[in-house]
Amino acid sequence: MREAAASVLLTVNGEAIRVKPGVTVAAAILTAGQTAFRTSVSNQPRGALCGMGVCMECRVTINGRAHQKSCQVPCAEGMVIDSE
Amino acid sequence: MTETSGQPDVLIVGAGIVGAACALEFVVSGLTVTVVEAAVVGGGATAAGMGHIVVMDDSEAQFQLTNYSEGLWQELAPQLPADCEYLPCGTMWVAADEEEFAEVLRKHQFYSTRNVPSQILNGPDLAEAEPKLRPGLAGGLLVPGDGVVYAPCVARYLLEEAEKRGARVCARQQVAAIGEGVVTLSDGSSLSAGLVVNAAGTAARTLVPGLDIQPRKGHLLITDRYPGFVRHQLIELGYLKSAHSLTSDSVAFNVQPRLTGQLLIGSSRQYGLEDPAVDYPILSRMLRRAVEYMPELAQVSGIRVWTGFRAATADKLPLIGRAPGFSRVYIASGHEGLGITTALGTAKLLVDQILDRPSAIPREPYLVERNFPPHA
Repeated sequence: MREAAASVLLTVNGEAIRVKPGVTVAAAILTAGQTAFRTSVSNQPRGALCGMGVCMECRVTINGRAHQKSCQVPCAEGMVIDSE
Repeated sequence: MTETSGQPDVLIVGAGIVGAACALEFVVSGLTVTVVEAAVVGGGATAAGMGHIVVMDDSEAQFQLTNYSEGLWQELAPQLPADCEYLPCGTMWVAADEEEFAEVLRKHQFYSTRNVPSQILNGPDLAEAEPKLRPGLAGGLLVPGDGVVYAPCVARYLLEEAEKRGARVCARQQVAAIGEGVVTLSDGSSLSAGLVVNAAGTAARTLVPGLDIQPRKGHLLITDRYPGFVRHQLIELGYLKSAHSLTSDSVAFNVQPRLTGQLLIGSSRQYGLEDPAVDYPILSRMLRRAVEYMPELAQVSGIRVWTGFRAATADKLPLIGRAPGFSRVYIASGHEGLGITTALGTAKLLVDQILDRPSAIPREPYLVERNFPPHA
């Protein structure tokens, strides 16, 4: 398990990870060492690009809800993140 | 633009799916064809609609044309390119209560006596077939022969096939007027032909004055990809109550699975509007209706909303035939919300009557005379 300085515990593709409060899901995924967040329709890897909720490239499944913009969602305790 | 290579037998105004289907039918029947389109191929109501291929039963004539056309779609389907996204998903008519379930039984009887397969589902069967529907619905009727296509690509395919057989397609040419065997373009030039077919959708009425076609505005929303969310084209049977109203705005639960995993969510119907802008109050009503039937839709991401205009006639039947007062002008318009389904049958019936050959179904119900108010 990776340790950041503080205190929100969540799961990224089954791996437990701790991040600071206020960190976005996109940052947590990158902290977990992943750069490919999803696979495009033409089977290309896609990851966080604009970081401001516009490009839609960083979509992941959060707590079972698909197509969430990970760069716009703050991490919360117990969150389950699934990227493809 | 000037015609330099001799005039064609047929000049078709409008490259929507109806004009495209007519173009191919004419050329395979040995006639020469030019198609003139004001904007782009398949860009009007053809692109705005859901692309639902459906057998309907509002009237015997509507049944005959939709059923005949669905058979033609099933013949065409194996030849369609992949981007036409043909999906033989069937239609599930959803009954919310016992009153609507009585309609399931009536509809089943109607289809059965006319050799269209359909299957009655009780409430639990429906819940198993479509698990995202809210619990407690009365049942449904599955019509497995129905399907879905991406119609703009079908229009393009039909025109490409027509072009292989010598048809000419002129896009971005605005027709200003139609006369006897001639069209005048907005730049003042004219094109002559043996006959002219007005397949311009809602614009048909501006080109042949007197046609009783009313634009009926609709909204659709497309979602991100949620493969397997729904399995059939779903339509509430309350639709029958709301869509029949010729005067008031209405919405209905109407959700369609796309081959991409996306969902198309409809539908709305509004009369007397020309403005294509999204109408948020009715969009909101439409989406609330969808969520009533399928609560999890509230959690999906919509990625685009658009509007379009159906070419509606008073009796909900298209206009297929010679324009009254003309000998060399024909109409193929007024298909309302069924133009994708009925385009293929329309093309057959139109070419049949022009070439004086027998048709698979009676042509009389769709002739244009009925739509012309007598002059005072």
